[in-house]
Amino acid sequence: MNSLNVQRELLGISAVWWREFKVFWREKSRIVSSIVQPLMWLFLFGSGIGASLSVGSVNYRDYIYPGILTMSVIFGSVFFGLYIIWDRKLDVLKAVLVAPVTRISIFFGKVLGGCTDVLLQVAILFAFSFLFPSVNPWGIPLAFLFLLVTSIALVSLGLALGSLLESLEGFQVISAFLIFPLFFLSGALFPVDERLPPWLHGLVKLNPLSYTVDGVRGALLGINTYPFYMDLGILIFFAAAMLFLGSILFSRMN
Amino acid sequence: MAIIEIRSLTKTFGKIRAVRGIDLTIEKGEIFGLLGPNGAGKTTTIGMLCTIIRPTSGSGIIAGFDIAKHPTQVRQNVGIVFQDPTLDTILTGRENLQLHARLYGIPAQDRSRWIEEMLELVDLTQRADDLTKTYSGGMRRRLELARGLLHRPAVLFLDEPTLGLDPQTRARTWEYIRKMAQKERTTVVLTTHYMEEAQLMCDRIGIIDAGQIIALDTPGNMIDMLGGDIVAVKSPNPPLDIIRALPYVSAIKTVGETIEITMKSAHLHLAELLSLIDNVVSVEIRKPTLNDVFIRLTGRDIRQEDVENNGSWVETIARYRQRGK
Repeated sequence: MNSLNVQRELLGISAVWWREFKVFWREKSRIVSSIVQPLMWLFLFGSGIGASLSVGSVNYRDYIYPGILTMSVIFGSVFFGLYIIWDRKLDVLKAVLVAPVTRISIFFGKVLGGCTDVLLQVAILFAFSFLFPSVNPWGIPLAFLFLLVTSIALVSLGLALGSLLESLEGFQVISAFLIFPLFFLSGALFPVDERLPPWLHGLVKLNPLSYTVDGVRGALLGINTYPFYMDLGILIFFAAAMLFLGSILFSRMN
Repeated sequence: MAIIEIRSLTKTFGKIRAVRGIDLTIEKGEIFGLLGPNGAGKTTTIGMLCTIIRPTSGSGIIAGFDIAKHPTQVRQNVGIVFQDPTLDTILTGRENLQLHARLYGIPAQDRSRWIEEMLELVDLTQRADDLTKTYSGGMRRRLELARGLLHRPAVLFLDEPTLGLDPQTRARTWEYIRKMAQKERTTVVLTTHYMEEAQLMCDRIGIIDAGQIIALDTPGNMIDMLGGDIVAVKSPNPPLDIIRALPYVSAIKTVGETIEITMKSAHLHLAELLSLIDNVVSVEIRKPTLNDVFIRLTGRDIRQEDVENNGSWVETIARYRQRGK
């Protein structure tokens, strides 16, 4: 009986996952724009600044490659989670929520779906890595691991916030007061060291996503402030906390 | 065999007592209608039976499972079609059913066969691979019906299944509901405030008003309770006392120049009745409807807010059925 229940829940998780994947694949324009935007950051912004600026021996455009990967994970993941506000408005979730599957399973299905979407985008961005001479392709698997854990955390965070919010107005607020600060304060666009003003340095150190950028930058460029195990440990802890928070809020959502 | 047993089911939202102690037993295979005006507590009751809303007190057993103690098993055994559409419009019709099949744990080897069967039943096989956002309102409703029955539930709940559909589509939707109910001997519990539809479709009806069931019977018995047919005779000076004294007359009401006589078996007694009245201008016999029952019970019309286009197809079906008898 018990193993049957586990099987049923796993089938439920896979059902939600399958649905998210179908939707992702169908909205081709969303995939394209989610790839084009980071590429613009890299080639229009990065090449522009890189023309007159290098960080150490690394050209600025190459230097922000790990940061821009992190940026696509931040935006993609949180927005995916927040998207359930729409689902709820359109009553798409209602039929799923009355199924004989626990809320936790539906939540995990959503998290898996979101991570899959985001990591597919990341994989496409990795395919462009040959255009960045300083990037070491052998570091990609480790970078991928950092981004996976980060994506789990942020999809959960997005779902948690989406469960709380009733309307789409909250979307702008979260975008302005959460997503952009998380991005800017992650060191995605600048090196994090003693040259930063102390207040900024402090905020960056408090931001869990700084450890994603540090880890990915270490894996791809060999430039990191903290050891990998520390970056990964902090991110796993962050992801676990967000999964916990998200599953509670999602279960309470009406 | 009782498939649903409800005892003193109650739901309070803050100070509002939406459902005030409902007792109800529904038998397997019944088509049961829960009728009442908007805000009477129909949707809340259905919500509790589907385990979406937690009851404040009271109990409900569906297919042997307690709605409070075993919600997962209850969910497995019920299907539901909500008042508002809940299809995934970015998926195709078939994909919607595939998602549902997985969520309800239908074994992989049965999935596609059951899905094809349901698509056929609601005549959507041709359109199964189109996105549901391209479907018409009637098609969406049909797909939702198919989805509600896909996992072969013991009970199918339909909350206002024909709301917002045009009359022709409504008639067809009811045909599908009947067909589906017969197929697996599924018990159907539906809410509606279209009295005529309920009268034609339901084996039994519970009239709900202000969170309580105020009448529970077959539509036929409910209407008989009113005391027969209504004969409206227009005449300048009808002999009211003589008519009232007739054994088969149960009530008389004067409306201007017309008297409305409620009487048993009007078709047998009409000739005698008319021979007693001089200068008859016009005669009209009508069967009382559930709406008359509702007015008798509550003093109010059930659908004060929407007296629009229903009626036309209902009359058509009514005529058709009478011819069939």
